Order: sequence, then C-alpha cells, then structure tokens
Amino acid sequence: MATKVIFDKPKSMKDVPMHYCLGCGHGVVHRLICEAVDELGVRERTIGVAPVGCAVLAYDYWDFDVSEAAHGRAAAVATGIKRVWPDRLVISYQGDGDLASIGMGETIHAANRGENITVIFINNANYGMTGGQMAPTTLIGQKTPTTPMGRDPKTTGYPIRMAELIASLPATRYSVRTTVANFQGVIQTKMAIKKAFELQLKGEGYTFVEVLSNCNTNWEMSPVEANRFIVETLVQTFPLGTFKDERKL
Amino acid sequence: MTKVLMKGNEAMAEGAIRAGCRFYFGYPITPQNEVPAYFAKRMPEVGGVFVQAESETASINMVYGAAAAGARVMTTTSSPGYSLMQEGVSYLAGSRLPCVLANVQRGGPGLGNIAASQADYFQATKGGGHGDYHVIVLAPSSAQEMMDFTMLAFELSDAYRVPTLILSDGIVGQMVEPVEARDFVQHIPEKPWALTGAYNRSPNVVRSLWLDDEGVPLNNEWLQKTYDTIRAKELRQESFLTEDAEYLIVAYGSTGRMAKGAVMMAREQGVRVGLLRPITLWPFPYEALVALLPQLRGILVCEMSAGQMVEDVALATRDKVPLYFAGELGGRMFTDSKIVNLVVEMKKGGLKPWQPK
Repeated sequence: MATKVIFDKPKSMKDVPMHYCLGCGHGVVHRLICEAVDELGVRERTIGVAPVGCAVLAYDYWDFDVSEAAHGRAAAVATGIKRVWPDRLVISYQGDGDLASIGMGETIHAANRGENITVIFINNANYGMTGGQMAPTTLIGQKTPTTPMGRDPKTTGYPIRMAELIASLPATRYSVRTTVANFQGVIQTKMAIKKAFELQLKGEGYTFVEVLSNCNTNWEMSPVEANRFIVETLVQTFPLGTFKDERKL
Repeated sequence: MTKVLMKGNEAMAEGAIRAGCRFYFGYPITPQNEVPAYFAKRMPEVGGVFVQAESETASINMVYGAAAAGARVMTTTSSPGYSLMQEGVSYLAGSRLPCVLANVQRGGPGLGNIAASQADYFQATKGGGHGDYHVIVLAPSSAQEMMDFTMLAFELSDAYRVPTLILSDGIVGQMVEPVEARDFVQHIPEKPWALTGAYNRSPNVVRSLWLDDEGVPLNNEWLQKTYDTIRAKELRQESFLTEDAEYLIVAYGSTGRMAKGAVMMAREQGVRVGLLRPITLWPFPYEALVALLPQLRGILVCEMSAGQMVEDVALATRDKVPLYFAGELGGRMFTDSKIVNLVVEMKKGGLKPWQPK
C-alpha cells in the first residue's frame, strides 16, 4: 500500500537541530518561510538577509542563499541585493531591536521607497540575544534587565507599533501583524508570508509581516505560559490584523 | 585620443561607469556632490541603478548588499560621511566583499569645513572600523587619476575581494582638467561566491560571524594572507627626479602635485631634490623609500594634516635619514613656493627634525 506523505520538512529547510530555546517562535517562522518558498517553487531564486540577533544563524537552517547584515541594516542590505537581482525573492528577517531601534531609519526608508522586498519582523518585546533588555516594543511596565522596575513611559516612551507605522507609508503594499503563539496564528502567519512573497514576485512593492513571537527564556516563563502571554496580553498593545492590503491576489 | 574637460569628481564617476559599475548608492555631502549628481544622470543611460540613500550608514550597507549579490558597486562621500560608514567598511572587509569607496576629504574633525584636507589618512589606512583589516587605498592627484584609479580600484577589489578606497580631497575632486576617457572594461571576473540564488549549486552565505572556536581566526588568517599578497604585488608610487636626489619630498594627492612643482623650482635654486608620491597609501611603499635612503640627506613630508603619513615614512627611514614634517591644518593648503622655502631651509639645516609624539 502506497504511503502518502502529509507532513514533511520543507525542501528549503536544512535537516539540522536548531540552536533556539525550546518553544521559541523563530523556528516556526523559519519553517513557514521555507514552506512558502517551496510552494511558490522559488528556492533557487530566493536570497535571505539574516539580522544581528538570535536569528543571525538563519543560514544554518535555510537552504538558500543568505547574507548577514550589520545590526539594523538588513533593509539596506536587502535593498542592495534586490536592486542587483530584481527578479529574485529577497527576504529580510529581523527582530525588534534590529528593525525598530537601531535600524529604524533603514526600515522606514526602505518601506518609503517601496523597495520590492519582504520584511519579516519578529516582535518578542525584548532583545533576546543579549539577555532580554528593553526593546522599542517592550510593554509598559514590563521588567527587563534595563527596566528593572518595569518600563516607565515617562522616561522610555511607549511601545512602537511597527505594522501600523509601516502601513501609514504610501509606498507600502501590504502590512500585517500575526502571531505564532497558537495554531490559528501559525496558519495566518503562513498565509501572510506567502501572500507577501507572491506580491513581491509580482513586483508589487514593499511588504511587511510582523509576527508576535515569544521569548520564554528572557520572559522567564514556560513556552506554554509565554504563548498564553502573547494571546492574552501582548495583543492588547499589538493588535493582530491587516493594516494595509492594497493588492488583493 | 580626444580629451574632455571634467571635474575630478565627475572623472571618478565616469571611470566607475567605464569599469562596469552599474550600482551606486550615496548621500549628499560637500565636496563630492558632483558624484551622485553625475550617477543620477548617467546610470539610466547605461542601464544602471542610482539610489540616493537616507544616510551614509544606509549607503554603505546597500553597497554591502549589492556587493554580496556580485555586482560592481560604489559609494562616495566626504570625511564626516566616511566616519559614519566605518561600521559598514569593517563588515565589508570581514565578509570579503569587493566594492569601491571614495572619500573626498574635507577639513575636520567634527563638521569641520568644506576645504581640502588629508587628515583622514589614519582612518583610511589603519582601519577606521573595528577589527584587523585593511582596505586598499589609492590616492589620486589629478582628474585623470580620479578616473584611472577608480577603474584600477574595481580591478584590485574584485581580484582580492578587498574593499578599495579612493582617498581624494576637495582640491582633486573640484579641479577641472582635460581627461582622456578610457575604454569600457569588457571583462568582469566571475564571482562564484556571490548571492545569485542557489541554482544548481549549494547555497552561498555572505558572513563575518562564526561562533565556533575556529571560524573568525581562520577568516582573519585568510585576510592577512591576502594583505600580504597585496603588499607583495600591488605597491604603486611615482618617483619624480629621485635618481640624483640628495633631498626628498614625500607627499600624496593634491599636496604631491604641488610638491612636484616645488621640486622643479627648488632645483632651479640648486637643491637636488626629488619627490616620492605614494599612490597606494595602503599598502604603503616602504621599500621604495628604503631604497632611496643611502643617497638622501633629508626627507620632508608634506601633508594637509598634523602629521599622519609621516609616521609611515618614519617606519621606513628608522632614523637613518633626518626626517622633517610640514603640515597644513584644517583645510589650509600648501603652495609650491612654501614647499620650496621648506626644502631650502632643510638643506641649510634650519628645520627641526620630526620626532615621534
């Protein structure tokens, strides 16, 4: 009797153990990207940009061409790559410190130019790799090593809502916020990533997918508690949804 | 061959086009604004891409992306902007990405002024960013050399996978001279390491990070070995009337050009003086200097700085010949007659020797 494969590792994904903490969302999003790349049949035309942060080693898991980028500069690096190869799928994968703090300038201006790239933004409300310090996305009152009494908006301001900010720029074609904290969110994230890639491959312009993901190690929670924290608390500051979708597929 | 009148900055841009550069990313800063303006007009004519970046930080990282993608790519700036690019230059060096950069130097530190200066020599030749790295540094002294050295820079950079810097200054950038336009480069080397999409090959990764024990040391070994090869093969300098010289001027860029006039004038006054004009500032032509030492009674280094290249000259002379220094600070420039007076004083023994400080 012939067996039917209903679940397998994507071809664009290397078959190696990941270095991420157990329960971290990076591995899930890496996989969703690879699934979308496979389904679109563009592995040989895909070039990724790995950020400074936990995901810098993305090239250990993605089985396609990848460049590192200096901290915050992934959107500029992706711009350079895309301008050389306009027909390739160029993916910039970034965390919140990288994208919304040190790289805010590059982020906004790549979107404002309408660079035909897809930016996948992992928002876990802290600097994961360096030990959980305050990010621009850290919640009010959230305790981190650099906000030991909790984030105080009087001195540190408020969490930046990137998907909404990006959506306000006229050249942005697609901006959404999803989560990988639960099954439904994973499916929506996959659909959003695939749609963003399809738009890019059609030459539509800048696409942005913000994904709420947990950092259970630095949040000092179990993976289950951390995912519950996302769907119960994080979404109150960062509502899920589509903030711009000008090009229906 | 017909010549056309061009600004040094324009000659540099046209040289890049003729070297096959089709990607330029830059940010406005004086005194190099002719370069982005030239590319903005010229790139569409040759099917190339011009992007005005949001900052020099973005420019250099766009260069990183385009270089990683295998293209001949360039950015240009002036001193404060080159400071801002240093992070990216370190990453480019660490990731072995070929590209051509230019710093049309102006007075500093800080915002300084927009007059010519040579005070970025240390930054250009000794690092500038973090880590054990060098970029190849070429110092043009004319509009023609702005074109020729830019074309050479693309060849060297691709050959060695080392970023190459044109270290110019506001005088060379702004001067208008007849320039002979060179032929378009027909052959650009293959780059099998570049990010093109992993078609019929395993994926390529452009990186400067390794978290194991060996990756970064091995990358550094590769870099140092490459630098040794460059030191052995790519030293360039101009020697002017050095055969019978008893005295030597060492100067580069626009100061080197003024020193050339000074050599002629001083010889009319009976001083047997010559000029060594380093063209590669890194690698520095120590050997050419050492070879001249036995015949020399004094060396005068002239720079539009407080004394930077003079340290490299001192490394070559090692106290075997008296060494003198004259610097112009913060955007002041030399005149040929001022250099002549210094040469005459040097011969009379009236100059105070330069000391390490």
